[in-house]
Amino acid sequence: MLEGYLPLFVFLVLCIAFPLAALLVGKALRPSVFAPAKLESYECGIEAVGGARGRYSVRFYLVAILFVIFDVETVFLFPWAVRYKQLGWFGVAEALVFLGILVVGYVWAYKKGALEWV
Amino acid sequence: MTLEAFFFYAFTTLALGGATLAITRRSAVHAAISLMVSLLGVAGLYLLLNAEFLFVSQIILYIGGILLLFLFVIMLVNLDAGRGLRQFHQRWPLGAAVTAIAGVAFAILWSRAKLPPSQTMPDVGNVELVADTLLQDYLVPFEVVSLLLLVAVVGSVLLARKRA
Repeated sequence: MLEGYLPLFVFLVLCIAFPLAALLVGKALRPSVFAPAKLESYECGIEAVGGARGRYSVRFYLVAILFVIFDVETVFLFPWAVRYKQLGWFGVAEALVFLGILVVGYVWAYKKGALEWV
Repeated sequence: MTLEAFFFYAFTTLALGGATLAITRRSAVHAAISLMVSLLGVAGLYLLLNAEFLFVSQIILYIGGILLLFLFVIMLVNLDAGRGLRQFHQRWPLGAAVTAIAGVAFAILWSRAKLPPSQTMPDVGNVELVADTLLQDYLVPFEVVSLLLLVAVVGSVLLARKRA
């Protein structure tokens, strides 16, 4: 049963190994010379003001909630994508109705200005 | 050790280790990232149980969506003030005792339980079964779900913009 997941496993191993290798090889190769400018966010350019742990604008939250709703939509479309060939045009019609109702919500949110940056 | 057992223990380590880190980290962002590791381990366990649809939903919804909301909430509020605080009620012996009693009770139940033999899985995959059930047998409820999501869009926009 697990053999079918071999590509996924190779992918996972590569995803873990690549950043690790990049960091370790970089650490081994680069000279380590300390300079105060190296600790700044941008070594050249405008000096950073304030901390990076500041609060984000609450406007992001609405975008995040809308993202989660359309994320749920993706989960419902996933089985259709897997069974796409077997379901044929019947499945396409179903998905179009499903998406059509949600597009109404999207258009409404757009018209309402929910996605605008006020 | 079979391949399944190896992956079972690997995913269990991820799930338990991530959960332990999530409740012990002082920085809320670190705790949220640890929770992500834990959820990833649980997703792997779903995969070992042949529940591919749950695996995908766990990754798309919990790791992709809900944890993103967690991180947004953490970044919306200022948690730096709480970083220096320590828990002042010394109740951890009570907690440890309750955990120990629950663990012993669970072990006794586990040793006495008669578990049914594991069933062989059908050849057709879990996602395909979900697709056939959802898109053929339960066609109308499937379409009604989109109405539910529409209500969620309208509700969240109205609630969020009420004071704007």
